[in-house]
Amino acid sequence: MTNKYDNVFLNDVSTVTGPYEAHGPFSKLFDKSYDEFYFNEKTFEQAESKLIDESVDILLNKIKKTRFQIDLHISGDLMNQLTSSNYAASRLGIPYLGIYSACASSVEGLIIGANMVENKVCDNVICSVSSHNNAAEKQFRYPVEYGGPKPCYTTFTVTGGTCAYLTREKKGVRVDSSTIGTVVDMGVKDVFNMGAVMAPAAGDTIYKHLMNTKREVGYYDLILTGDLGIYGKKMLVEYMKTEYNIDLKNYDDAASMIYDIDSQPVYAGGSGPACLPLVAYSYVMEKMRKGEFTRVLLVATGALMSPTMVNQKLSIPSIAHAISLEVI
Amino acid sequence: MCNYLIGNVFNDIKMYIFLIFIQNKNGDNMEKRKYQSIVKKYTPKENRLYNALVAFVVGGFMGIIGQGLIDLYSYFLNIPTKEASVFMIVTLIFVGCFLTCLGFFDRWVHFAKCGLIIPITGFAHAMQSAALEFRKEGMIMGLGANMFKLAGSVIIFGVVGAYVFGLLRLLIMGA
Repeated sequence: MTNKYDNVFLNDVSTVTGPYEAHGPFSKLFDKSYDEFYFNEKTFEQAESKLIDESVDILLNKIKKTRFQIDLHISGDLMNQLTSSNYAASRLGIPYLGIYSACASSVEGLIIGANMVENKVCDNVICSVSSHNNAAEKQFRYPVEYGGPKPCYTTFTVTGGTCAYLTREKKGVRVDSSTIGTVVDMGVKDVFNMGAVMAPAAGDTIYKHLMNTKREVGYYDLILTGDLGIYGKKMLVEYMKTEYNIDLKNYDDAASMIYDIDSQPVYAGGSGPACLPLVAYSYVMEKMRKGEFTRVLLVATGALMSPTMVNQKLSIPSIAHAISLEVI
Repeated sequence: MCNYLIGNVFNDIKMYIFLIFIQNKNGDNMEKRKYQSIVKKYTPKENRLYNALVAFVVGGFMGIIGQGLIDLYSYFLNIPTKEASVFMIVTLIFVGCFLTCLGFFDRWVHFAKCGLIIPITGFAHAMQSAALEFRKEGMIMGLGANMFKLAGSVIIFGVVGAYVFGLLRLLIMGA
């Protein structure tokens, strides 16, 4: 399903990161970075919740508004029961929607927000997401200090919180259109190979977006997928070629950009809901401000993985949502 | 008439089986199989020889340390080897747990893999890391309930394995 928008603008964004991202290539473009994993909180879960708090605070400061002037807060993360988002929302006191589609939550939030703003359901929306490396490790894999051996093609969950501000006021970047993806299951069961799980979903969504908007691949200055990693990226390129006969041009993957893969211990790149927006709201926004990119397609990919179902020997479904941004 | 009917039914069944067959070959599964080949092509292989070599050397080194400790204890404390080996195990467990708490044993495990996981240090490390992780969720529901999260299966199947092999030994070699 593809929607076009005439009157929705992404006015401002904010980013908060952990230590690994701060040592990556975009370190100077983030609003705030911490150099340890607790952020003066007691546990990793509470630290992740603080990431959302902080990103919302920074954003409100940037747009010079108080939280009482915000109509709606949409937020998502990876934790069970959306813990981080819910606890942050309970402190913020803004009308709140919690959403989950794993690492595709960021764009899902933007799509819901853009539809609400376009149809005048509300005047302004903030969309936040967060992920925390150690909290995710604890929930989905081994205890943090265990450091069990992992294959080299696995990805490293990003620590970060991001927030975006959508209104009808003509400022910042225009939200052009969005495509809501379908859930794809290609029978991959390897929990460490998330790039392989998500690549077909990304391919499906990109294809449908181009079909519905009647655009060529070259229309976009950048097509940015969420967190496929360096190997998943190659899989997507080959899959697009064989399945849809499309040669991906101007294509990159946020997971393989956010870290310096050669020098940092991050396996095949980043992952997590905050991976795509951290790159999009820093590097891509910077480029759009300078006029180097005019049209960008963000494709957030999410592996809808449940450890229970994986233990029951079922394969992992995945989803991808796309949103396109244009310079005004 | 009857023959004709039965023939018809058989034909239907044949047709049905044929349809299922076609569907399996050209439908969803074909696409999945094609995709699996792409996944296989771009998923890198682990360097197993290197990993095995590192694990072999580190594991062997652990063995030397263990033997050294046994000799040390039996020489200085003047106790039989059997008791000295218990002392050695306790020492290694303590060192494993202590290094986990200091926060760098996970990096060693990441490098040496099975060289440190298979010896008793790995077991200690698995329990200690789970204990550290869940301590903040309380003593009973957190630490107590989750400490054996990783090590629980080792104990269960260790005990079951001991019973099975003990029984086999009894049956084959006699009491």
